[in-house]
Amino acid sequence: MSFGTNRISKFIAAILLASFVAGCGYNTIPTLEEQAKAKWADVQNQYQRRADLIPNLVSTVQGYAKQEKDVLTSVIEARAKATSIRVDASQLTDPDKIKQFQDAQSQLSGALGRLIAVSENYPDLKSNQNFLALQSQLEGTENRISVSRRDYIEASREYNTALRTFPTMLWAWTAFRGNKPMADFTATEGAQTPPQVKF
Amino acid sequence: MSAPAARVLNRTDGVAPWRRRVSSASFAVALALLTFVLLTLACAALTFPPLSGRIVDQADIIPAATELELEPKLRELEDKSGIQLVVATVKSLEGGDVETYANQLFRTWKLGEAKNNNGVLLLVAPNERKVRIEVGYGLEGTLTDALSSVIISNAITPRFKSGDFGGGISRGVEDIITVLTTDASEWAKRPNLRASQDNALDPYIPILIFVVFLFIMIYLNNRALKGQRGGWVRRGGQTIFIPSSGGWGGGSSWGSGSSGSSWGGGGGSSWSGGGGSSGGGGASGSW
Repeated sequence: MSFGTNRISKFIAAILLASFVAGCGYNTIPTLEEQAKAKWADVQNQYQRRADLIPNLVSTVQGYAKQEKDVLTSVIEARAKATSIRVDASQLTDPDKIKQFQDAQSQLSGALGRLIAVSENYPDLKSNQNFLALQSQLEGTENRISVSRRDYIEASREYNTALRTFPTMLWAWTAFRGNKPMADFTATEGAQTPPQVKF
Repeated sequence: MSAPAARVLNRTDGVAPWRRRVSSASFAVALALLTFVLLTLACAALTFPPLSGRIVDQADIIPAATELELEPKLRELEDKSGIQLVVATVKSLEGGDVETYANQLFRTWKLGEAKNNNGVLLLVAPNERKVRIEVGYGLEGTLTDALSSVIISNAITPRFKSGDFGGGISRGVEDIITVLTTDASEWAKRPNLRASQDNALDPYIPILIFVVFLFIMIYLNNRALKGQRGGWVRRGGQTIFIPSSGGWGGGSSWGSGSSGSSWGGGGGSSWSGGGGSSGGGGASGSW
């Protein structure tokens, strides 16, 4: 009889312990990690969306400005390079990989900026409805990229803070020893500043 | 008398440097915290007007007549489709660009339903001569960047150029509503969708589970009382324990679940954002 009550009290103790552990932030690190990974997925989605817009944009510009071959090919090459580098959620702790990704994407941003700047010289192109629509989509996508980058930076900052601050730090030392902080990701791309137009 | 006093003295002498170190450490921590708070304040320095209604005219550029005319349209849109469209004018973007400001304002106000993220914000900053249509995640497919851009460049900015803020805003709002409501398939689908969501079992599931749980407990209890052999109920012996543990597991944890429904954005007197978010969809313009 006493054995039975013992079992039940053990059972209750196990539940209490579980809720205690959960309450003490055991869940915090995995939760924040998953959130940051989800935000990263969004960053990649937005970059992909930009890459998807480019072929259409290039072919539209080509129709009006064939002589701008250099700019067009640089956009196509930069796009190919940028889409070839993908960063998995598991590679977020690798600074080199992140840097590669950033460099490729900012190169594409620069090439796109030049393309838009060049197209200013073609009044027919500028008044083309398709081009205007593509341009606004591109602008919208750039804005989404910056929003998603900001969100990811915030989420990864929270995760890194949890790894380094009390009380969640205790869990980082014990249960999640393998968890490394996520690599730095700068808020703004250097190449996103408008390119200089030379006359 | 003197011996314990000396011991106390000794002890405080021994402890004092340690305590000094601790106090300097805690001072450092406090300093770090302070700088952190100051830094976060500096980073999140954007201040937003409160969401006082569907039209927040902080910059005071919308004529009263236009406001009166727009308000019912915005309410009708939300009643029919659940879309929260808010018009805001601000005195200053506080040094930020209009995109960032609009996005943060949208997220602060949480426009649109939490599940559908169907909010739209028309933001006008007359002093910076910037306008933006910020679109919630859920409406990005309907009110696309290209359409937002067309609305801004055709309906809004030409009127703003001639100083007609009321006209530009009301034409812009009309166009936004037209875009949001003329996509016939979407429009026809929405009421159904909403009805099915409202009738969803969601709020009753915890109660249902609780009732089932209760029945199981009663059943087990009866079996145990009848002295039937089987399972852990027999081992439990003292059957009083089982219902009490059941009551603990069933009552408290599910109780909080059933009360936590997140329908914030209803109409009526105390109107507020419904918990929606935006990822930077929409378009901006200047005049």
